[in-house]
Amino acid sequence: MANFVENVGKATLKRLDYLGGLTIGTWDTFRALGTTLPTGNRYRWKASIVQMLQIGVDAIPMVGLMAMCCGFILAMQGASELRRYGALSLVIDLVAVGFTREIGPLLTAIAVSGRSGSAFSAEIGTMVVTQETDTLEVMAFDPIEFVVAPKLLAALITVPCLTVVCNVCGIFAGWIFMFFSTHLGLKLYFHDVMETLVLRDVVSGLVKSLAFAVIIVLVGCMEGFRVQGGPEAVGQATTTAVVRSTFLVIVADMIFTAIFYFTGKH
Amino acid sequence: MPIISVRDLVVEYGGRRVLNGLSLDIEPGEIMVLLGGSGAGKTTLMRHLLGLERPQSGSVIIKGVDITTCTPAELKRVRRSMGVSFQDAALFNSLTIEDNVALALREHTSLAPATIQLDVWMKLAALGLADCGKLYPQELSGGMRKRASVARAGALDPEILVFDEPSAGLDPPVAAGLDELILLMKQAFQMTIVVVTHELASAFTIADRIAMLYQGTFLAVGTKEEIRASQNPHIRQFLDRVPDNVTDAHVIETYFENYVRGPEVKR
Repeated sequence: MANFVENVGKATLKRLDYLGGLTIGTWDTFRALGTTLPTGNRYRWKASIVQMLQIGVDAIPMVGLMAMCCGFILAMQGASELRRYGALSLVIDLVAVGFTREIGPLLTAIAVSGRSGSAFSAEIGTMVVTQETDTLEVMAFDPIEFVVAPKLLAALITVPCLTVVCNVCGIFAGWIFMFFSTHLGLKLYFHDVMETLVLRDVVSGLVKSLAFAVIIVLVGCMEGFRVQGGPEAVGQATTTAVVRSTFLVIVADMIFTAIFYFTGKH
Repeated sequence: MPIISVRDLVVEYGGRRVLNGLSLDIEPGEIMVLLGGSGAGKTTLMRHLLGLERPQSGSVIIKGVDITTCTPAELKRVRRSMGVSFQDAALFNSLTIEDNVALALREHTSLAPATIQLDVWMKLAALGLADCGKLYPQELSGGMRKRASVARAGALDPEILVFDEPSAGLDPPVAAGLDELILLMKQAFQMTIVVVTHELASAFTIADRIAMLYQGTFLAVGTKEEIRASQNPHIRQFLDRVPDNVTDAHVIETYFENYVRGPEVKR
């Protein structure tokens, strides 16, 4: 019994330590964010642009393709049920609302977490193992400002943009399905989409994507900073970063969806 | 007045005492070698001198600032007067050698880019790396990486230079070259140099004074001659290269006896 209580206590302390570290890391990174702006340190701004290319531009083909597949899947699955009630046209609503509110931000976050979150933890973990982070500190640089802040700024800009790309691709895939099912023209399809969507749908999706960006960057970077040992630990950190950030993204998604649901008009 | 002053430094990891109330003064312009075997606490002491870790108790005063209790801004100011060359060079792998050396100059000074370029080239040339500026660390040999890390450590012409195992993993001519370089830097720039090593030849070539560490305690702090003349058994064992008696004959005998008798007897 004592052993059980001890184990529960240890596990609780470990998780509290993790949450505490994440909170402090978040605070420090947001404090350092000013230096990454064009008005701050020009080297950090340059680093941010490089990160924007890596997190955002390089991910467009992957996110676009994933969105097209999911859009098509959603349209097909929706149509198979809605057709029975003679409501095939509601597929447009389903795809448009589903993507802008939910699937677009979530799919983008999962793609960015897999691509960039793992890369952040591997990069920083390697820096820790090779004493590069110690060197930064000794050279009077703040590792958070030097390494994490440019990544956060880049993610805060690119993840919402990627979400928009994801939404457009997913909705476009919905049109492809509708075209082959009902020969619906593109113009009419997008007219229906615009009729269906309200600004709140788009904004709620973009707010979520901002929160997901923060989670992916901070969890990925923190796992890197927590690396202890050799190359094996870097590999473990990479896996943990992806698993934890994906989990936290889904939890955050649920919280945001609940907030938007209970504060919205029914 | 000492430029570095360590007072009653106590460091523990998980309840295990690694540094046991160390006190040491390092005068400006001297080369102090921290000598000791593996696990003696040399690297731990060095990390505390650099402010990378906080001790359980005691103080590390550098240029009049206690870096164990000072504010982050004060610590940054102190660190700008220090340069460090780590054991594995710790160069930034994503930057060229030139950019590694130029980094601190670009960010901590208001020098013009052309001046920085010239300064970097001069520093690399002085270390025999004039043609390597555009290369990445992974394209250099171990000795070249070490020299590049020395160039980076000296980029801001610091008052204090710290070397962690400068000769480790280098062949004798390259190691001797680095020793000469350390002596040259002291003579030319009047730098205070702290060298962490377990290489006897290197230590007795470069040191003004040697602090001999053993199990987290200084056995002796003195000149090369004083350390050489010491009759302390641990110092003598280290200097005379007498191996530790790490094998316990009784334990080995018992193990083999049990092994021969089989698993039943072992239980």
